[in-house]
Amino acid sequence: MTPGLFSTVVTVIHKDLLIEWRTRARINALVFFALATLLVFSFALGPDTVLLRKNAAGYLWLGILFASVLSLSESMRIETENLALDGLRLAPTSPRAIFLGKAIGNTVMLWVLALVVTPVAAALFDLSVKEGVASLFGMLFLGCAAISAPGTLYAAIAANARARDVLLPLLLFPVLIPGLLASVKGTALILEGDPMHQVGSWVGLLAAFNVLYWSLGFALFPRVIEDD
Amino acid sequence: METTSGRWRSGDPGARLVGHGPVADSPAFEVLDVSKRFGARWAVARLTYSLPAGQSLLLTGHNGSGKTTLLRMLSTATFPTLGSMRIFGRDTREHRDALRTEVGLLSHASFLYEDLTAEQNLALLARLMGLPNAGPAVTSMLERVGLVERTDSPVRQFSAGMRKRLAIARLLLKAPKLALLDEPFGELDPAGITQMETLIRELQTRGTTIVLATHLVEQGQALTQARLHLENGRVVSA
Repeated sequence: MTPGLFSTVVTVIHKDLLIEWRTRARINALVFFALATLLVFSFALGPDTVLLRKNAAGYLWLGILFASVLSLSESMRIETENLALDGLRLAPTSPRAIFLGKAIGNTVMLWVLALVVTPVAAALFDLSVKEGVASLFGMLFLGCAAISAPGTLYAAIAANARARDVLLPLLLFPVLIPGLLASVKGTALILEGDPMHQVGSWVGLLAAFNVLYWSLGFALFPRVIEDD
Repeated sequence: METTSGRWRSGDPGARLVGHGPVADSPAFEVLDVSKRFGARWAVARLTYSLPAGQSLLLTGHNGSGKTTLLRMLSTATFPTLGSMRIFGRDTREHRDALRTEVGLLSHASFLYEDLTAEQNLALLARLMGLPNAGPAVTSMLERVGLVERTDSPVRQFSAGMRKRLAIARLLLKAPKLALLDEPFGELDPAGITQMETLIRELQTRGTTIVLATHLVEQGQALTQARLHLENGRVVSA
């Protein structure tokens, strides 16, 4: 009997994380890339600690965003190698389950990256967390989910293109602007303090962005990977 | 485009050659005036053909003649640009998901994940198919294709022949009613070719309909009852 959507999603997540665990190539590359990006920002702006601290949330999210392009591209590369995605489709596996599985797997990968990189950013930019570590973790998770849903969709679109490594950021970055803005503003408020209680509105925007793009990905992914 | 000859239309006795293996009345597949275009090029052009269930068909033709495209359409990996296809009486577009449980494709590409082991690749397919307690079945398949010693090796370390064997195990695990074999002897050593012939005969004994595309015509003819020769996407003989 063909398993249901939930069970298939779990199988796809397990497959993606198992592949990552066996090689650990992607997470290592992502961490070093994100750290290198943070260092570049740090050196480029010089020793002005006030300026660095003020813009730290932006640098942190730009580091995660640039690294996410590598992560999303690699996540789809393992599916195009040996036409493994065709093998999944013909198993058969629901394209929507494939989307959810891969997008959740990508979210987990980016979240782990964010959890590793954030303490380094805190040390580099002399940060402290004013609104609680749990709030920061939650904001990082929402932001990573906001990158992963459209990222998984566009990585699948770009997967068979000749210049896929160029195409993915070209497609992805413009649509991420509202999500990135909310992530940066929300993270900055959590780091620097939120006396006016503004963080809720940024979390609301980020949540709405997530609902929109996870729904779009769920609806459109079959059109992207199926040859109808 | 030119219409292929009516000799190959559904119901043509020429396509219903009786050989060993069970023969059912309903066709395993019916291809009705099917064409497939990639950009400006027609990979398959107005093909009409029918194969009874339980029969085996040999598909021959030069590189680029349309064999792989036809097999991919039969597997529901892709769909015709024009015309329609029915597998076990059901339209491939409308009943795509249900048909995918009944059709197995052994492709040029192995469909394998390079960083998973042989066992993990098969276990993944078993879970996606909803097979309960698939462990013994996975081990049995690896034994049948001679890879049980390499159960825990990642596919990345496999030779081309070993990948082909594992791809065959993947197909066998699925136990399809219609098996589509695209160059099944490619990359296999002589022992592997003999083993592949045995596995194909086993499938035939079980009543599996087989479509076999190969350049090894003599070997293919020994295993099949009907032949379809394609050139530039068109049937030139059957």
